[in-house]
Amino acid sequence: MSDFWKRFSRNRGAVIGIVILAVVVLVAILAPMLFPQSPWRMVQRPFLPPLSMNQYPLGTDALGRDVLAGLAYGAQVSLLVGIVSTVAALLVGIPIGALAGYFGGAADDVLMRFTEFFQTVPSFALAIVLVAIFEPNIQSIIAAIAIVSWPPVARLVRGEVLSLRSREYIEAAILSGQTSAAIIWRQVLPNTLSPIIVLASLMVATAILLESSLSFLGLGDPNMMSWGYMIGAARTVIRQAWWLSFFPGVAILLTVLALNLIGEGLNDALNPRLARRGK
Amino acid sequence: MTEPVLSIENLTIALPEGAERAFAVDGVSLQLFAGEILCIVGESGSGKSMSANAMMGLLPDLVRPVGGRIVFGGVDLLDKTEAELMDLRGRKLAMIFQEPMSALNPLMRVEDQIAEVYEAHRLLSPKTRAARAVELLTEVGIPDPAKAAEAYPFQLSGGQRQRVMIAMALALEPEILIADEPTTALDVTTQAQILKLIRDLQRKRGMAVMFITHDFGVVAEIADRVAVMQLGKLMETGTADAVLDNPQHAYTRKLIAAIPRLAAGQAPARKEKPPVLEVESLSKTYRTGGGLFSRPRVVEAVKDVSLQLAEGETLGIVGESGSGKSSVGRCLVRLMEPDRGTVRLAGRDMAHLKGERLRAARGSIQMIFQDPYASLNPRARIGRIIAEGPMAHGVARREAYERAARLLELVGLDVSAINRYPHEFSGGQRQRVGIARALALEPRVIIADEAVSALDVSIQAQVLDLLADLKERLDLALIFITHDLRVAAQICDRIAVMHKGELVETGPAHDIFNRPRNAYTRTLIEAIPGREKELATAG
Repeated sequence: MSDFWKRFSRNRGAVIGIVILAVVVLVAILAPMLFPQSPWRMVQRPFLPPLSMNQYPLGTDALGRDVLAGLAYGAQVSLLVGIVSTVAALLVGIPIGALAGYFGGAADDVLMRFTEFFQTVPSFALAIVLVAIFEPNIQSIIAAIAIVSWPPVARLVRGEVLSLRSREYIEAAILSGQTSAAIIWRQVLPNTLSPIIVLASLMVATAILLESSLSFLGLGDPNMMSWGYMIGAARTVIRQAWWLSFFPGVAILLTVLALNLIGEGLNDALNPRLARRGK
Repeated sequence: MTEPVLSIENLTIALPEGAERAFAVDGVSLQLFAGEILCIVGESGSGKSMSANAMMGLLPDLVRPVGGRIVFGGVDLLDKTEAELMDLRGRKLAMIFQEPMSALNPLMRVEDQIAEVYEAHRLLSPKTRAARAVELLTEVGIPDPAKAAEAYPFQLSGGQRQRVMIAMALALEPEILIADEPTTALDVTTQAQILKLIRDLQRKRGMAVMFITHDFGVVAEIADRVAVMQLGKLMETGTADAVLDNPQHAYTRKLIAAIPRLAAGQAPARKEKPPVLEVESLSKTYRTGGGLFSRPRVVEAVKDVSLQLAEGETLGIVGESGSGKSSVGRCLVRLMEPDRGTVRLAGRDMAHLKGERLRAARGSIQMIFQDPYASLNPRARIGRIIAEGPMAHGVARREAYERAARLLELVGLDVSAINRYPHEFSGGQRQRVGIARALALEPRVIIADEAVSALDVSIQAQVLDLLADLKERLDLALIFITHDLRVAAQICDRIAVMHKGELVETGPAHDIFNRPRNAYTRTLIEAIPGREKELATAG
């Protein structure tokens, strides 16, 4: 474990990413304490510019709502959607990929054609359609994002399992009379963890972007303040009130950047042989 | 004595920090004279390849020479810039590698690759280059050189590819040829041909050859002088006869003693035991490719093989690569589905069991794998690796771990290994774990598929001793699949020789080695490196 941290921390970008993400997580957790009032509540006159009142350092929006409070509550939504939808996508993608890779043949064909069916539809368009069909709320957004993001997981796991399948230790496990389920669970999957973890960190970032895009288009949960909604609401007044779209935009940028940096650091730490040259 | 063409003086090469030792090569001094073959022998990690790579300026990025000189033609090669070395490489010093497939460019025709050597040094015109390529291919004895020149590497066999590599190395008539394990990846009969070719070419051209190998048999075939290395240090140098017949250093003696002797003992008259495994007309055909418009490629890997294995007996299946010996082993344990035939294990036909009944029956026939690094799950502790099998067959967890501990002791490992991960062990120790795993299910028959081929000779000897000892103590029936006839001679009671999927000869080991009846068996045995020397010494 200490070895892992040593390799991880050698990548300076990854450490910066961890710091940024830690700040975002902290803000999301502390939001109800820092801003006890609802972020939807009007607190001041509309279009209050940033730094003009100490109490509202980032100003207010077109309806006089506190932008900083909106950002803090938006962090909750972004992280929730990012993490839950990624976990859901992993729960669908890993079993499908593992079964396809391990059993091969007809099972592989059926499962992969099914996966390709989802891959051929543009993911954002599919997500819009899904959210529009269901009611736009947080559950349906998470479900839609999970549905469009599991196919790459299935593909990755299938490839890893295919290459592990012919290893001698898997053959030894077959010979020792273990059931296929036990072999997949105990011998194969633990050895596919590293690339899955790396992919998952990047998927959280993509999910946050997707949620922001959906909210921007007005398909967000109407009861939850989200970064994408804030930008979407501010786009008509972008010339009068630049800060309304700028700060949520920076928040999205930093969070997604942090997750990507962490993903790269994890890749270096978990796949030392693929890492940059030198030990 | 004449001046050496190349002399290595006190060469020291440092490894990056955190490596298992500070120096890859530590104070090595060697001299190479014109017209001789100097063999550098050592086990893996002895620094023999590093020394050669230092000469060619091919050291990995983080490994650098920190002391000593490599003097060639009056100058120190270690001082040369990359550009100066580039001019020397190929023209004065040439090198051939172990794996000819990865050393050749797969997308380039053979003649273009040879012509490229001239092109790199701006010699000859394009037309004469092509003609010269064919001449060189003729010289290295490729059948139909004009056609081979037009071929891509994948269209040639392993031996032919190595001949192409040699032709490329000889293109500019170098003074020194460095050969790094050039025959290790080849079959024994091909190896014999390549060794003869290297020696003939060396005699004809008066080159100096530095031949790096781990195999004392090869040394006996080809060397004029021998240098023995261990852990980066030079242990002993001398003429081939002196080192092989009268080794001075204890390490050399140990290495030579570890080589399996060819003479198979006359099997002691044993009581006829009932057969535990009977294989009848086993066949397996591979079909690959074949779409709507192409015919599938069909390879008959196993053709109508019948075998019998008595209780407590060791049967060797020997053959070259592609002979189908591994396919037989995999069909027996049902890692592969045989097309036809029966495999009767203690009266039950294993070849046609399915599903749950097959899973339950698997315990009675187990396998020891070739690669000790690939055969243990890197994320499982040793205890779990061994105990998993019995647990899958309904043994309680506590009891399975207790059995694992007993087995670790049995194969000569410390019981504390049970809580450690595979990467903490050396190749030989891992192979012991693999043996313990195979024994955990108390099988009737064990199949060892090239189980010692990936190990250094001294480790190999220890593992072979362990297998012989276990066989004696547990009365195991063993099928030993190997390409190495020396190993087969040492451990097997009976030997079955396979060639192109067919069993060409079966008989007691002693008879196979001393009175081979089949022509192919004879070629195989005559090709064993170091055999003539061993016969002469014994004789």
